[in-house]
Order: sequence, then C-alpha cells, then structure tokens
Amino acid sequence: MINCLKLNSSPHARRDSNIRAIMQQVLFALCPATLFGVCVYGWSALFLFIITVTAAVIFEAWCLQLAGKAVKTSLQDYSAVLTGWLIAMTLPPYAPWWIGVVGAGLAIVVGKHVYGGLGQNLFNPAMLARVGLLIAFPMEMTTWVESQTLFSQALPSFSESLRITFIGMDNIDAVSGATLLGHVKTELSQNHLLPHSLDGLFNIPDAWLGLMRGSLGEGSLFLLTMGGFWLLHKGILRWYIPVSLLGTVFILAMLFSVYDSSHYLSPMLHLGSGGLILAAFFIATDYVTSPNTPVGQIIFGIGCGVLIFVIRTWGAYPEGAGFAVLLMNSVTPLLDHYIRPRIYGRDNKGKPLEVVD
Amino acid sequence: MLSFFKPPAIRGGVHATEHKEATANSPIVSDFPLPCKLYLPLQQHVGKPAEPLIKVGDQVLKGQLLAYSQGLVSAPIHAPTSGLIIDVNDYPAPHPSALPIRTIVLATDGKEQWQKKTLVVDPFALEPEEISLRVGAAGIVGLGGATFPSAVKLTQGRRNKVHTLLINGGECEPYLTCDDRLMQERPKQVIDGIRVMLHGLGAAQAIVAIEDNKELAFIAMQAAAQSYPNISVIQVPTRYPMGWDRQLIRYITSKEVPAESRSTDVGVTMHNVGTAYAVHRALRASQPLISKVVTVAGGAVGKPMNVELLIGTLISEVLAFCEVDSEKTARLVMGGPMMGEALPHSAVPVVKGSSGILALTATEIKSTVEQACIRCGSCVNACPAGLLPLEMMSRIRNNQLEAAVGFGLKDCISCGSCSYVCPSNIPLVHYFKYASGELITRQQAQHKTEQTKRLMQDRQARLERIKKQQEEEMRQMQLAKQQREQAKAQAEAIS
Repeated sequence: MINCLKLNSSPHARRDSNIRAIMQQVLFALCPATLFGVCVYGWSALFLFIITVTAAVIFEAWCLQLAGKAVKTSLQDYSAVLTGWLIAMTLPPYAPWWIGVVGAGLAIVVGKHVYGGLGQNLFNPAMLARVGLLIAFPMEMTTWVESQTLFSQALPSFSESLRITFIGMDNIDAVSGATLLGHVKTELSQNHLLPHSLDGLFNIPDAWLGLMRGSLGEGSLFLLTMGGFWLLHKGILRWYIPVSLLGTVFILAMLFSVYDSSHYLSPMLHLGSGGLILAAFFIATDYVTSPNTPVGQIIFGIGCGVLIFVIRTWGAYPEGAGFAVLLMNSVTPLLDHYIRPRIYGRDNKGKPLEVVD
Repeated sequence: MLSFFKPPAIRGGVHATEHKEATANSPIVSDFPLPCKLYLPLQQHVGKPAEPLIKVGDQVLKGQLLAYSQGLVSAPIHAPTSGLIIDVNDYPAPHPSALPIRTIVLATDGKEQWQKKTLVVDPFALEPEEISLRVGAAGIVGLGGATFPSAVKLTQGRRNKVHTLLINGGECEPYLTCDDRLMQERPKQVIDGIRVMLHGLGAAQAIVAIEDNKELAFIAMQAAAQSYPNISVIQVPTRYPMGWDRQLIRYITSKEVPAESRSTDVGVTMHNVGTAYAVHRALRASQPLISKVVTVAGGAVGKPMNVELLIGTLISEVLAFCEVDSEKTARLVMGGPMMGEALPHSAVPVVKGSSGILALTATEIKSTVEQACIRCGSCVNACPAGLLPLEMMSRIRNNQLEAAVGFGLKDCISCGSCSYVCPSNIPLVHYFKYASGELITRQQAQHKTEQTKRLMQDRQARLERIKKQQEEEMRQMQLAKQQREQAKAQAEAIS
C-alpha cells in the first residue's frame, strides 16, 4: 500500500514558470539597451547603474526583514533588481551617486513595501521614484550630457567618471544641455517656431541608434524595441498596452502636426524621443499596476498615451511618461472593477443569456 | 471584418504537457489477474446511493444485480464476477478524505460464472424509452468522470427534443489515453453505442469530437462511422479544457449554453466515448457496467498501460501490477492531473468514474512554495469561463465570499487552468472549492437559524394563543359562576 498523506487540491500539474523566470526575461530584454547606454555614456553610467541596483536590493532585504518575510527566497525573485534597473534607466547618466540611492529607497520603501510588498503596490515603484526625484532634485535630474559615439576618446576616463559620480561634475555647462523635448519646450516658449529650432538637432536614425542626449535608458530605441519584441515573443507581455500607448501618441501627434507643424512635433519625433519606448514596453506594462483584462489594458494604454502627449505638448515638464503612468496607475483599480470579461453563458452585465433555439 | 468581432471560438484554456506517449501506443491490457476481493461502494455516481439486495453469505453470479437504484437520480451496482458476499460495511472511499462509505465486499471464486443473460434483442426494434430503461438497469453512468446516471441524461434529452448528440472523444486531460485506445481498438462498438443512444434520444445527428493529437483514433472512428450519414467524426484543436461540454458545444455549434440552463436547452447533449461503449455492451451483449478501461501512468509507474479492470479492484493491486515505485510516488491521483482527486492511500477501489490512476513523482507535480500574486493576469487569460481568478482569490483570502461570488465564483468549473499557469504557484482552485463549500455551509447554517427562528415564533404564538384561550375560558367560567350565584341569590330572595 502506498501512502501519500500530503494531499493537495487539483490540478496536479503545473506549467514551468515562476516569478523569477519572468523577471529574468525582462532583465534579459533590458540588457542590450543598458549595455549600449553604458558604452555611449561611459563609466559614470555604469557606476550609477550598479549603485542604484545594489541600493534597491539592500532596501528590499531590509524591508523584507522588517516585515518578517523570508529574505533570501523573496530576493531571488529579482523584482527588486528589476525596479532598481528601471530607475537607473531613467536617471541622467552623470547624476551623483546619492540620486540613485534615494531613488531606490523611494521606490522600494515608499513605492512598494509600504503597500505590503510585491504585488500590493498601487503605483509603479520605479516611476514613483523618478517623479519624486524630479520634483525634489530638479537640478540633478535634468543635467543631461552629450552622448558619444561608441568607445569615443571624448568619454571621461575611469577616474574622471568616479569623480563625476561620487563628487560631482566641475564644468557642468560645458558638457550638458537640454534633451530634445526640453529644447523644443524652451524654444517654443521664446516663440521660436519648430522646423527652424530643430535644425541640425534631431535626425531620426540617431534617435533610433541612441546617439541623443537623455537618460541611460532613453538611449537606443532600436535595442529597447527589440527587447520589447522579445518579451512579446516570449508571451511575457501582451500587445495591448504597448500598441495602444504608442498608437495613441502617434495618432495625436500626427493630427496636431498636420494641423500646425510649426508648434507641434511630428509623430516620429514623439516616438523617437524621451522615454516613450521604455515606458510603452517596460514601465506601463508592469503587471502589478496595470489592469488585468485586455480591454482594461487598451484603455490604460490609450490613457497613458493621451496624458503623455498632453504633458509633453502643453504641460510644464518636457517629458510626461512618468506622470502619465502614475496617473493611469491610480485608475487601474477602477478599470479592474468596471471592466470584466464576459462570463460564459452570461451577458456583459452578468445576467444569464436568453435561451435561443 | 465581421469575423474579427466574432467572439473567439475557444476561450482561455491551456496547452498542458500531454505525457500521453507512454500509454497511447500500446494496446489495452485485458489479462489483469482476478483479484481475491472486490470492494463495491454503493455510491459510485451522482445522486442517491444504491440499496443492497443481497446479504452477507449470498453466493452471486457475474453480472447479477447487487444493489438497486434508489430514486430518480441513482444507478444500480452489479457483481463484476461470481463469488461470495462476505461483507456489507463501511470501507474507505476513493476520495481525498478516504472517509468510510457503505461498500459490498465480494470474495471472488475464480469461476467467472455469468448469470443467465436476458435475451438480446435488436435495440432499434425497441421503443426509445426502453433504451433509457436498459441503460439505467445496466448501471451506466457518465464515464468521462462526471458519473451522472446516463439513463437520466438520455431521458432528459428525449424530453427536450435534442437534435444533436455530441460525443466527447477529446480526452483533454494529460496522461489519460483510455478513450483514445478505446476509439482505436473498438471503434465499431463505440459507433454502435452512439447509434443506440441516438435511437434512445430521438436525435437527428451525432458528432464525435476528437482532439487533433489523436490522429489514429480519428482515422479509426471515421472509418467505422463511414456508413452512417447521421454520425460525423470531426477533429477539434488540442486545448484543455476542450472536454468541458459548454466549451465543445460553443466550438462546434457556435451556440452558447446560457448560465443556469442545461445544454439540452440549446438542443445538444454530450456523452463520453466510454459511455457509448458501455451502452453498446449493455444493449448488444446485455452486460452491465462491471469493468472499465483505466489508464495507469505517471513518472513513478514502471509499466504504464491502459488496463481493463473490474470495478472494485483495489488500486494497490493495480499499482503492484504496473510496477509502481512507491519510493518515487509523491502523489496518487484518481482521474487526470487537471481535475483528478489526490488519494491519501491506495487501499481504495476502482470505481465507475475512475478514468486514470496516476502515480506522480515530485518533479511532475512541481510542488513549490506559494509566492505573492503579481497580478500578471495569466489566470484571466487561461480561464475558459471568463472569470477573474486573481480577484476571486484575493476576496476569498479576506473572507469576503460574497464579493468572490460577484466575480463569478458560481460559474467556476474547477478546471484548474488558472492554477496550472500561475507563476506564483497559488492554489487558486483550492480557494474556489473551499469558498464554494463554505458558502453552502453558511447557507445551511443561515437556513437553520431561520428555521429555528420560525419555530420559536410559532411556539410563542401558540403559547400566546393558549394563554388567551385559557383566559377566555377563565372569564367564561367566572361569568357562569357569577350568573349561577346571581340565580342562586335571586332564588333565595324569591323563596
């Protein structure tokens, strides 16, 4: 006679998948763009990246211990690494070290564990941290440096980079400047019209290759898009949010630029600048803070797209992806409450269908 | 463009690793040694348990009626072989609880002596009602696992004038191949059973749906059905839970069975291929349901196979025959891995509803630690019924069962797709089963309180009434007394 006293409810089979494997795939998808960013911005970008991710993991371990949860097994799900990584992707590469640490703390402690840990948070922790930093430290968060061609001699050396990250930049004005969206915003406020003010500033191939001023992860749009496609291919992402978000920005930008191309950026400029691609594939799609039905996700994506366009065009900040995602995060519970799949044999209101012969 | 807006024919579901190779290509083993004792629970079906006709010490013949069906929804039990009744008592049930259930124990005599068979007549010369009666008398229940008495289903179908008999040859559960082998080896008998059922139902056509991973079964069945234009054999995509009747009905007829209704309301009724085979045996050979083809598989099984077993054979004997490694067995399951029940031990019998016996290893069940829900929505995509498992789960965790009902708890079919895909290893189905049971318990408790309250109120009213009555009587008596005294006083005054 065989005894199997440990009984479980059915099913007695499971798919090979776990949180850790999902997170690993996302990290893998981020790798190419991150590596590229490190190459064009130099050692400082790498230092900041390592500091932010390490800080995120340390904060996570601390919070888990305070909450009395299993620290080691929970850390192995890589969720903290991903959060730290995403924050690093949105920071200016030459930002001082403490920006990364404060950002990681905001995300992990305030953005995640205050709500109860993994899966409980209302807002995307990385975006919460980014927006918090932007409001608290506008100087440090908007000092964008010129990117360099790969392995260029113009990049600061190892020791210089250490200095930049841990002590600060000496000649900020010499190497920094505004991002494309920031530049356009300033120019427009001085009544310089668009096609003229963009002269020699922007060309689409450069943007897709990542040779533009911006944060670490705004770099190579091509590599980020490839990462996004990888996740779609792996079934980790579904197309609803990226397509609706990018589609909305594209359509709005097209309508407005056709209407008045001297005041409104063209759709390709919108897609090719700022953190739009990163947000569409890696940030707005965060499982925890986005709706869980296809229709809900499409509405969420459209909402993000509209808000990004509105903030970029008429808002005070040049880039609105972070704000847009946070605002839509707050709508997620509402979307999940009202938008539900139709139950088999029932209509959309939950009433049984009529019997038809 | 219009088809773009049409709801997808197959909603949700999962493609589970099939694990069917081990048993799909070898013939059904029919030389299982006759067990010394057979254990026949009186409840092997949905409905009321059967009532024993025999007593301890009776000598019975193979196929003899041992317990008769009680009430409208019930099924009789027959002797799987000849022998001596040695006990009618409580024995562990083949259920996760292994709670005692009333069981007839038959000591076999090895003679395999059949009872005198009733005359076999051409079933097509019989009235449709007579088909139902004979199917009922043979103790046939839904062999897909639901074990609902088939005769009741045939009668319901006939009364509701169904036009289509759907035969489920999907066998969407991983590991199981008993229906597959049955269709490959005995297609003529299965098709004959389907024809008899069509006659009994008075339905116009039968559709046999076979998942497209069972090519050989499809070819065999198609060949067997060739000369019957009212029986069509079709292939359906391999996707769990294709065997859910409502899923299959929508896929094939593009009709959706309304909630809280039966499939007969849309003119369709579904039976399993195993049931069709049993109907064939009952009507053509007047053999009751006494044996069953069962898949024995799983990582711990040395010789996985499909084996024809007498009802009542102890699972421990089956496991020994198939050389199951008890060291490697992490879980014993009766049925398929998706909806089957785990068994606490193997000293329980094979019953009519047993389609598989699985001895799974620790690596197969992948039992890992439960993690936090990350709201990935995999369960929402996997749910064939269109529910929100993650929302239901979070409500049940907080004991808000009514809120879980609001998300569709009552429409859950416990198919297990959500638990199967969950990356956090959350036992979602477990929560739903618990909540459903708890809701019933609460309802019963509620009902009981109301009943008690009503009884109390009634009693109060009764006491009140009696009190009033007594007071009234008292008053009357006093009145009468007064009148008497008055009369007496008057009389005295006069005198």
